Amino acid sequence: MIKMKDVYKKYANGVVAANGLNVKIAPGEFVYVVGPSGAGKSTFIKMMYREEKPTSGEIVVDGTNLATLKNREVPFVRRKIGVVFQDFKLLPKLTVYENVAFAMEVIEAPSDSIRDRVTEVLDLVGLKSKARMLPTELSGGEQQRVSIARSIVNRPKVVIADEPTGNLDPESSWGIMNVFGDINEQLGTTIVMATHNKNIVNRIRHRVIAIEGGLIVRDEAEGVYGYEI
Amino acid sequence: MKFRTLRRHFRESFKTLGRNGWMTFASVSAVTVTLLLVGVFLAIMLNLNKIADDLEHDVEMKVYVELAADEASTTALEEQIRETPGVEEVIYSTRDQELERMVQDFGEDLKLYEQSNPLREAFYVKATDPQQTVKVAQTIDEYPNTYEVVYGEGKIEKLFDFLNFGRNAGLILILALLFTAMFLISNTIRITIVARKTEIGIMKLVGATNSFVRIPFVLEGIWMGILGSIVPILAVIFGYLEFYDYAEPRLRGEMIQILAPVPFLYIVTGILFAMGVFIGIWGSFMSVRKFLKV
Repeated sequence: MIKMKDVYKKYANGVVAANGLNVKIAPGEFVYVVGPSGAGKSTFIKMMYREEKPTSGEIVVDGTNLATLKNREVPFVRRKIGVVFQDFKLLPKLTVYENVAFAMEVIEAPSDSIRDRVTEVLDLVGLKSKARMLPTELSGGEQQRVSIARSIVNRPKVVIADEPTGNLDPESSWGIMNVFGDINEQLGTTIVMATHNKNIVNRIRHRVIAIEGGLIVRDEAEGVYGYEI
Repeated sequence: MKFRTLRRHFRESFKTLGRNGWMTFASVSAVTVTLLLVGVFLAIMLNLNKIADDLEHDVEMKVYVELAADEASTTALEEQIRETPGVEEVIYSTRDQELERMVQDFGEDLKLYEQSNPLREAFYVKATDPQQTVKVAQTIDEYPNTYEVVYGEGKIEKLFDFLNFGRNAGLILILALLFTAMFLISNTIRITIVARKTEIGIMKLVGATNSFVRIPFVLEGIWMGILGSIVPILAVIFGYLEFYDYAEPRLRGEMIQILAPVPFLYIVTGILFAMGVFIGIWGSFMSVRKFLKV
């Protein structure tokens, strides 16, 4: 599903954030990406949805090489990838329903299929009853659920999450992990999640990729977090 | 682009006008103020232009005929003048008519000359392009049986210089005003868009194409332009009608006239409306462009 080959990334300020990354992630896998701050985790994640372009190397996501992708083709690849952020990135003036529907309007889906599908995913993340509320009226955990609903509404094969529990209390974090688990198991969606949350990684065991200094230093199935907080 | 998407853009663009109430108000006010200035200046400039045309059109030359010329040669001269390139109108005036004019201008005393009229026959000639008067006069001066051509040498050159200067200055002023207007408005729109940078970022993130992001903003620009042109258009219409009612009776019979409200007001209204729309489109287009880079 995701393949990186000899990926190298050097920023304009000279920082080398990826120093030869090689990795393969199979369809339906659940992968944690861990490592200290500034080790290249974010760059690793951002390159997967073409927020950053590698300086050299090859990144193939669902059959498309992102390294050679033209700018005007980016929107069409983004539609196949769901992205979830630490700060939710919801539009504050739109309701929960509108925030999720927005991602479908963008791909010009018919309005009746938008209605059905949005209701369906809001049900999946447990927010059906709050569809008419504004994001500011929700708790952090609920806002993150909205953002997850938005990320999966177009049935992507991959969901990429950058510290999705970073702003949440432990209880909400577990709730979010349950939603990710459901998406992974029930829909077979590949999930790549960068995280600092030791408890989650150690309790809900999945493959762990550790990145330090722009390199993959550890890659274990059913791995542990491996860092002291 | 599918029709339902276009419908969504229309709906969305109206909604956001309301959602960003104060920003909309700021942009619309900027359009209103500048278009008001443009409208007033346009009205003044177009009328000054009209007055300049009137003044110019009043410029004519007077061709005196040799005393020795008989009727046939006078007719021949008239024909020759008519056929001169750049001549629009030739009016013949007999010696008696000339004396009548003199009497009108200088008083009854001159009636004495009715016994033996010393004046010459004359042609009053107007050039098609008044600015060419001097050239045409010089040509006519060469014809046989022309005694003299009088056209106010020196004075009309000065008049034309002055009028041309006035026209150019007005044009530059309006262009400068337009430029300022565009700058002011695109800046205001840019501020409102910077405030929505996150929104654009999120749209791009979920896979919106550039045109999908751009169209609602451009539509918004159009609505703002239209809203902003309403007050200036009404102000110019009612202001000008008021001014016309005041000025027109006082200028009746004078050599200079101001423009009649129709079609003048249609033209100004059209220009202001088109400018509002154009400024709106241009302003949003330029401002969004900055944030569309992936």
